[in-house]
Formats: sequence, structure tokens, C-alpha cells
Amino acid sequence: MVTCKQFLQELNAYLEDTVDPETKKHWQEHVDACPNCFVIVDTTKKTLQVYKGVEPQTLPEDVRSRLWQALEKKMAAKKQPQA
Amino acid sequence: MTSTTSVPAGFDESALVTQAKAGDQNAFAELVNRYERKIYRLAKNITRNDEDAEDVLQDAFLKAYTHLDNFKGDSKFYTWLVRIAVNEALMRLRKRKTDRSVPLDEPVELGEETVQREIAVWEDNPEQQYSQEEWRRILDEAVDSLKPDFRTVFVLRDIEELSTEETAETLGISVPAVKSRLLRARLALRETLTRQFKRKGENLLGYL
Ligand SMILES: [Zn+2]
Repeated sequence: MVTCKQFLQELNAYLEDTVDPETKKHWQEHVDACPNCFVIVDTTKKTLQVYKGVEPQTLPEDVRSRLWQALEKKMAAKKQPQA
Repeated sequence: MTSTTSVPAGFDESALVTQAKAGDQNAFAELVNRYERKIYRLAKNITRNDEDAEDVLQDAFLKAYTHLDNFKGDSKFYTWLVRIAVNEALMRLRKRKTDRSVPLDEPVELGEETVQREIAVWEDNPEQQYSQEEWRRILDEAVDSLKPDFRTVFVLRDIEELSTEETAETLGISVPAVKSRLLRARLALRETLTRQFKRKGENLLGYL
């Protein structure tokens, strides 16, 4: 008998499908029979999906221009010795 | 068969890296162009502070430029860059942190709190209930609410999509520590978002 706590302890392995079929079968039986774990599995999957879908925000223009100023300074310094 | 002419995925980038290593500054600039937004996001996700994030962004690319020779090509360039940026970000995080958090390599046990959780189904397509700005703010605040040690692991594994091993190596912690922190982080986020997105009037508490 798999308990909720045992199952949740292994939730990541269950989600990532990194277990042997026999173990997976036991866990699946628990999820199918336990509404709480069923919902936790479902909402954890959704949690991961919402974060996967987020595009990086654009870099604020002032932050970007200061980055490039710093880089150009560094690059110019590196060029110097050969000049 | 045309296999000899097919360009392997990532060829483009390794060529750029090779050129940059040979001193081609335009090639390096192209790499910066590619990753500046992602590195800024990473820096912000870990430090949760605009000023620190900007410092991390600059220092990460300046260090990458200076130490490009150390990049041996045994990982992806981006992974190497992430490692530099994470180290910079953690350094700043530690400077700001006043409280002691979980020691770096202590595996985290799931306590009794697993038993009492917010258990409810979500509305369908919750993102449609919010403006893009609100949506982003909700997701950001949920990540914000994680303890730094859990947040960092979540950011690397689930946002930057580093492997468990890469995450362990980047943070200098064990693989089991990465795994247990990731579990804690995911469950905590799930809980925070469930409070926000749960379907009104429906709750599975009756099953407990
Ligand atoms: Zn259960």
C-alpha cells in the first residue's frame, strides 16, 4: 500500500517518468484511487506548464545600454595592447 | 543520403563561440545579443532585486568575455554562461541575506506539512482571467515567496531547464539535495498558485 506521503515524496520521479514500470504501476494505482493526489498531480503539472510558457521579458532599454557600454569599454581595453 | 551536408543543431553557435575565442568581438556581441534577456531574467529570478540583477547581468557577460578561454566546449555555451551568472547572483544574494537559511548541502525532508495542503482543481485556462501584466506578476510573486535555496533550484531546473546534474554542479550541492529542494519548491508553488486559481465553490476537502 502506497500512502499519500510516500507518493508525494516521489512526485517528481512520477512526473518525470523516471521509474521502473512496476513501481509506476503502484503509484498509478494510488493516484487513480486517491482524489487528493490526483488533484496534486494535475495542479503540479499545470504549475510547471505555466512557468514553461513564460517568455523572458524584454530587457529595460537603460539596463541594456549600460550593459553594452560596459562591454564596449572592456573590448576596447582588450584591443589596446595590440594597437 | 545527404547526411554529410546536414548541419548539426547548435553548429551555428559553436562556430560563433570559436570565432569569439579567436578574438572576433562581433561574434561575442552576437552571443550577448542572444542571451542578454535570458541572463537578465535568471539574475532577477534569483536575486529578486533590480539593482542586483543589473550588476549580475554586466558582471556575467564581462567575466564570460574575459574568461572565454576557459570555456572548453564540453557543455553548451549557455550552460557555461548560466553557471557564471548564477555564481554572481548567489554572491549578491548572500550579501543581502541577513537570516541563515538551509545550509547548502543539507537534504530537505518533506515534513508533516504535506498532509495539510490546499487541494482544489483549477479554473480552466486561468491565464485568460488576467492581463499579461497581472499574469506575470502573479507568477513572479509566487516564485518570490519561495525560500532562496528552493527558488534557485526551481529557477535552474524548471525555468532554465538545466538537468539535475547540471544544477547540482552549478550550485555545488548534491544531486539528492537538488531533487528534494525541487520537490519542495514545486509543491510550494503549486500551493500558492492553487490559492489563486482554484475553481470557485469547488473544493476536494470533503475527501480528506
Ligand atoms: Zn494520496
